[in-house]
Amino acid sequence: MAVGSSAARRVAATLAMLALTAAWTGSVAADPFATYREMLGEDNPAELAVARGQELWNTPRGPNNASLADCDLGLGPGVVRGAYAKLPRYFADTGSVMDFETRLVHCMISIQGFTRHELTERPFSERGARQTDLEVLTAYVAAQSRGAIIDVPQRVRQERESLARGRALFYRRAGPYDFACATCHSAEHRRIRLQELPDLTGAEGARSAFEHWPAYRISQGAVRTMQWRMADCVRQQRLPQLVFGSQVSIDLITYLGVLAKGGAMDAPSLRR
Amino acid sequence: MPAGQIVVLILLGLAGCGSARQAQAETADLTPGIRSSFMPRGQAGLDRLEQSEMQRLCSRAQPQELPARVKQRLQREALDSVRYPEDRRWLGDWQRGEQIAQSGVGLQYSDSAEAARGGNCYACHQISGTEIAFGTIGPSLYRYRQRNGDSIDSMRRTWARIWNAHAFNACSPMPRFGDAGILTPDQIRDLMALLLDPQSPVNR
Repeated sequence: MAVGSSAARRVAATLAMLALTAAWTGSVAADPFATYREMLGEDNPAELAVARGQELWNTPRGPNNASLADCDLGLGPGVVRGAYAKLPRYFADTGSVMDFETRLVHCMISIQGFTRHELTERPFSERGARQTDLEVLTAYVAAQSRGAIIDVPQRVRQERESLARGRALFYRRAGPYDFACATCHSAEHRRIRLQELPDLTGAEGARSAFEHWPAYRISQGAVRTMQWRMADCVRQQRLPQLVFGSQVSIDLITYLGVLAKGGAMDAPSLRR
Repeated sequence: MPAGQIVVLILLGLAGCGSARQAQAETADLTPGIRSSFMPRGQAGLDRLEQSEMQRLCSRAQPQELPARVKQRLQREALDSVRYPEDRRWLGDWQRGEQIAQSGVGLQYSDSAEAARGGNCYACHQISGTEIAFGTIGPSLYRYRQRNGDSIDSMRRTWARIWNAHAFNACSPMPRFGDAGILTPDQIRDLMALLLDPQSPVNR
């Protein structure tokens, strides 16, 4: 836990310094979070989740008292390194395209014997609460792809159909505000309030998004996953709750991942 | 129909149209997967997943490339949807308008259905000169009165834009604040004042 306490001290010190800096200069920096990230350096609080996730991954758990060491993330049973950068992909054993989080749930059910309901009823931690197992396992596996080149496959028909649906969903307007993903994410250098919006119609914006999730969200004090990112965008779109691991969620992640091809994973990152 | 016949038909379908299937994937039919991908929550029911004709036509990368007659029809229908104030009182209270422009509350499942809704105008527009946390998806509305004048025609156009922005710009990204019932006519009057009252910080 040495890492933890040192990270916590650095976070506290950084916040204090930021507050001082803001008071001192009396100005609003263009991106105070960039300063914050720089000051945190290697001490991303997500590293705590990565460490816990690693432990969980290797510990025999569940009704079957099995670890996840044999979970096949697409590169063969037990291969974790680089796997996150190549998901979503088609899995013959389930006959479907799965993103990392959906595949993780599949492994926890089929290998460890957990039920889908207990895993997905509350996939994301409440504010201020302990991170869920899914969140820390996602942080761990993503961290094992740091530097890996994003290569979401388009080899089989199901993967190409997922991309086609994902692209169409990206432009699909619905709900009382008539919003599509594209309403906010189809031009460069646009902002909502002061928040920069990635242009998710091109490789550069898609990479900046895909490379950095999962992320430690400073405003939430927690690691958030790509499934969370999709669901929370959909909430702001004024649509109903996006179901964890649903086809729409996977198709959107496929769209983003294929567009981000060639980028280098750098997650878990620090985000606003 | 005997099972064998169905199999033959399916095989014929698969063999016959590789390129057609490719094209179909391009314009993917989203309907089957969508409903099962969502759960009703709070005030957001599954009915919100259904598309109006306008939403369907505007669901594309380049809506400006729709045929001119389609865009004209969307604009005409949008203009027809506008209900102008019967008493011809265009301007309410700009201070209330500023609060409405600041508030992002409204119609998310995380919002209380009873809470007063906002327009969240600053999310996308610069409006007053003093609020620096404004978005850039929409055009700046600073100095609106100076730029657009305060003729009855300007009032009508501004009201119509807030009510249903597709009236002048088919497939506008802006929500239809009046037509979709997001804001009340009184709230729109207050926003009108924020934009057009000479005393509003937008114009002072």
